[in-house]
Amino acid sequence: MSQQRRLGKKITFIVGGILAFAYVFPFFLVFVNALKLKPDILANPLSIPTSITWDNFNQALTKMNFFRSLTNSIIITVLSVSLLVVFSSMLAYYLSRTKTNLSKYIFLILVASMIVPFQALMIPFMARFAQFVSWNNRGALIFFYIGFGVALSTFLYHGFISNIPTEIDEAASIDGASDMVAFWKIIFPMMRPITATVSIINALWIWNDFLLPRLVLTNETQTLPLSTYLFYGQYSIEYGQAMAGLLLAVIPIIIFYLALQRQFIAGISAGAVK
Amino acid sequence: MLRARAAKKFSKFALVPLVIFTIVLVIPFVNGFYYTFTDWDGFETTKYVGFDNYVKSFKDPTFWATLRFTTLFVVVSLVIVNVVAFGLALIVTSNLRSRNVLRTFFFVPNLIGGVVLGVIWQFVFNSALVALANKYDWALFKESWLQDTHKAFWALIIVTVWQSSGYMMIVYITGLVSIEQEVLEASQIDGASPLRTLLTIKIPLMAQAFTIALFLTLRGGFMAYDVNVALTGGGPFRTTELISLHIFQDAFANGNFGTGQSKAVVMFIIVAMAALVQVTISKRYEVQR
Repeated sequence: MSQQRRLGKKITFIVGGILAFAYVFPFFLVFVNALKLKPDILANPLSIPTSITWDNFNQALTKMNFFRSLTNSIIITVLSVSLLVVFSSMLAYYLSRTKTNLSKYIFLILVASMIVPFQALMIPFMARFAQFVSWNNRGALIFFYIGFGVALSTFLYHGFISNIPTEIDEAASIDGASDMVAFWKIIFPMMRPITATVSIINALWIWNDFLLPRLVLTNETQTLPLSTYLFYGQYSIEYGQAMAGLLLAVIPIIIFYLALQRQFIAGISAGAVK
Repeated sequence: MLRARAAKKFSKFALVPLVIFTIVLVIPFVNGFYYTFTDWDGFETTKYVGFDNYVKSFKDPTFWATLRFTTLFVVVSLVIVNVVAFGLALIVTSNLRSRNVLRTFFFVPNLIGGVVLGVIWQFVFNSALVALANKYDWALFKESWLQDTHKAFWALIIVTVWQSSGYMMIVYITGLVSIEQEVLEASQIDGASPLRTLLTIKIPLMAQAFTIALFLTLRGGFMAYDVNVALTGGGPFRTTELISLHIFQDAFANGNFGTGQSKAVVMFIIVAMAALVQVTISKRYEVQR
């Protein structure tokens, strides 16, 4: 390796290190201050805690109803993502296998709809669905996520299915399998990579979404971002508790990421190429 | 017979998602357009009012201020996010041994929603930096950045760059690793410097990644809401309201459904035009392989 290249590597390493420090620094601040008492935080937010207190976490857990919000977030995310996978994979299969004008136009409308910002819909949307929302707001939210997510998910599946040869469908149909059986037993298992992509992209969006839950959900059905925001607004003077609340809100998704890191990166890359 | 079978297949595979899509997206979209030409108050409409709602919206000085602020935010964040993200992608695809750890660090802010990130940074700007500034006498941070319109703008940019550069980094990594190794070796044999290789080989060959990343940041910039609410809440004195928050306030806080919706339609037209122009221009730079 030449001298110049070694120098280049050193510079990359230093720049990368400084940037990495800048990217995790806010999390470090939250972490150390969640363990401190209020006077210590005010004296020096940067210092390592001298005496560790877990009381902030206890307070935050009860005040923000952490486990209730976590359960709501999990229920809403899991159901929405599963239903999106089922519906959009079937729709994409139908649209890519039936070569009619109707399929072509439906696909075009789906693609075009991806440019519509939610803000352009939310006002008539809330007026129209007020009753549905008041009847069962978690169910309504899941229904809305399917409606808003189906275009992108179908688009991703569509690109993948086009590469699966139609001979496979024909073979299944000659062997006497019905459309449904052929799809679920043969085609769907072949689409595992794109199913991972669709699941991850939708799970990140739905888990972190704020505007739609803010419009739709009530106190009892709050998701984690919503309860974190409200909790922070009420207790931001209690720095320690506020920081503990933020840390609690961040932990589940970080665990999820570390467990599935490889699929995450692969999923987002696959989504980006399409 | 054939037609009945086709209809049956349609109803089994496509009907349910299309009905949900129509109810959730298509109908409110069409409705929204229609309402802007009536005296709709959120519940009922009694008559057509022509372009009154649009005229009223454009006579509202705060709407113009929001449009200016949003445009500036979109342009500045688009440039900085993409420059930073591309730089991160170059670092992470270099031959450093620590590249996987670095990639995780850069990506983590992206996992966490804008609201949580916004309040984390609210603590940083309002409390942590102010406490440190008073202790060590740094003039720049003595007053919270969020109390000053100009500095609050940069606070929004910093948080946005911190949040979305990790995602765009992945898009650029995908572009960088898709370049064939032979092409890079050939350029090295021809004696091209790393900078020259970057500018004349890598960037043109991965232009598609730029098209996608620019589109995503453009759309994300116009639709930014979470960070705005959680970091500045639009303050001080509604001077840092991006268009999304402005529409939300107009309709749900002040009850102006007619003007709120016509502002939303204006927003849709701006986003659609900007995206169309950007994609058309970027596509021109893509190399066919």
